[in-house]
Amino acid sequence: MLKTTPFHSVHEKAGAKLVEFAGYEMPVQYKGIKVEHAAVREAVGVFDVSHMGEFFISGPGALDLIQKVTVNDASKLVPGKAQYSCMCYEDGGIVDDLIVYKLFDEDQYILVVNASNIEKDLEWIKSNNTFDAEVHDNSPDTALLAVQGPKSVETLQKLTDLDLSDIAFYSFKMGDLAGLGQVVFSATGYTGEKGFEIYFDKNTVDPEAVWNAIFEAGEEFGIEPCGLGARDTLRLEMGYALYGNDITSETHPLEARLGWITKLDKGDFIGKEVLLKKKEEGINRQLVGFVMEDERSIPRHGYEIIDNEGNVIGEVTSGTMSITLGKGLGMGYVEKASTTDGTQIHIAIRKKAAGALVQKPPFIKT
Amino acid sequence: MSTPADLKYTKEHEWLKDNGDGTATIGITDFAQGELGDIVFVELEEAGFEFSQDDTFGTVEAVKTVSELFAPVDGEIIEINEALEDNPELVNDDPFGDGWMIKIKLSDPTQLEELLSAEEYEDITS
Repeated sequence: MLKTTPFHSVHEKAGAKLVEFAGYEMPVQYKGIKVEHAAVREAVGVFDVSHMGEFFISGPGALDLIQKVTVNDASKLVPGKAQYSCMCYEDGGIVDDLIVYKLFDEDQYILVVNASNIEKDLEWIKSNNTFDAEVHDNSPDTALLAVQGPKSVETLQKLTDLDLSDIAFYSFKMGDLAGLGQVVFSATGYTGEKGFEIYFDKNTVDPEAVWNAIFEAGEEFGIEPCGLGARDTLRLEMGYALYGNDITSETHPLEARLGWITKLDKGDFIGKEVLLKKKEEGINRQLVGFVMEDERSIPRHGYEIIDNEGNVIGEVTSGTMSITLGKGLGMGYVEKASTTDGTQIHIAIRKKAAGALVQKPPFIKT
Repeated sequence: MSTPADLKYTKEHEWLKDNGDGTATIGITDFAQGELGDIVFVELEEAGFEFSQDDTFGTVEAVKTVSELFAPVDGEIIEINEALEDNPELVNDDPFGDGWMIKIKLSDPTQLEELLSAEEYEDITS
């Protein structure tokens, strides 16, 4: 039996095409990926991402636990700030990527994790909880909408007294939304556009009323409901990693272009020893972005990456048609020698090898 | 979703229209275009290409996924829909009409009897 989010009936009314994703029945598209993608790049779009996991971590040992299981330095967080991070196994492989929020009350944090990893992550965190921190899975009670695009601030500003332009990227505030109750306005997202992720308790704030209020406020801008399809094309244009594709238990953060969140100089954390050693020995492969030279070639997950001599040097981990650029682009791991910008590579698409150039994401300017 | 009663269908979500003169027109169904989502290009073999049943005669690339096109019967391509070159979205907009893909000369018209009726096709997609 598939799980549903609090917005399920809203999706059905909006004519969504629903598919199974991470055990949930989720909208993959409404009017179509192109329309939804363009709405987010040019105006405003709304994604139901309530399937994601939210863990509430509290108590005097909360920070110690988070520092042990995540690679970024959560001690740098002040109340109202969020931090992108990931969890590693002892061998450096990635358990999941996540966002750590430091709440306004002392010793309270929320970790937001990928839907497909909720159970695995919870078990992992609990099994490493030698600090007597409270770990509670809030996922079933949490509704989450991502409101993204250049008109997202104007749309949401109509619904709250908070000054939203005051909330910096990766910061958040609590406030009332449309008189419906308290929600978290988090200036985060997975699209590269300005926008907010809005978290609230589905039992105290009416999800359908929130959805309707946002769509009414955004109507003048051409607001659109957006599905997982557009979410993927939008994040790929920015080169954001997707767990299960670009990062897995078989990849470590240093080769996944996540060195910037991996604070090897903070205290001890799971995976640190191996990652330090790997850094010392040198990283022999790297996740790179690439853009196809021929506009009729679209790279897909699992296609081989080939160098000029015809050697297979890696595999595409994510690929799509960029709706903004009208060209195929993607990401994949390649050997060190082919990681520089402008390196000519080839993608094996069916019977031919289609040319591509290595290019550091983001692929578009937002 | 529509399934015109005068067409034949395959489990691979193609439709075939018997033109009654030894030729047939082939495309993909409304269900198929809906599953694929926004189509960004259609790559087809050329006129003169001979094929057997289940051979690949082209590829449809949508934003989200790629799908091969399988020949419903034996035959030879006599015409491809050139309009799809510049307007692949015709397949989304009008899959049974302007979004047709190839016209073929049938090698063995009796193969048409093996294809699915509209009713049988609806059963597998519902």
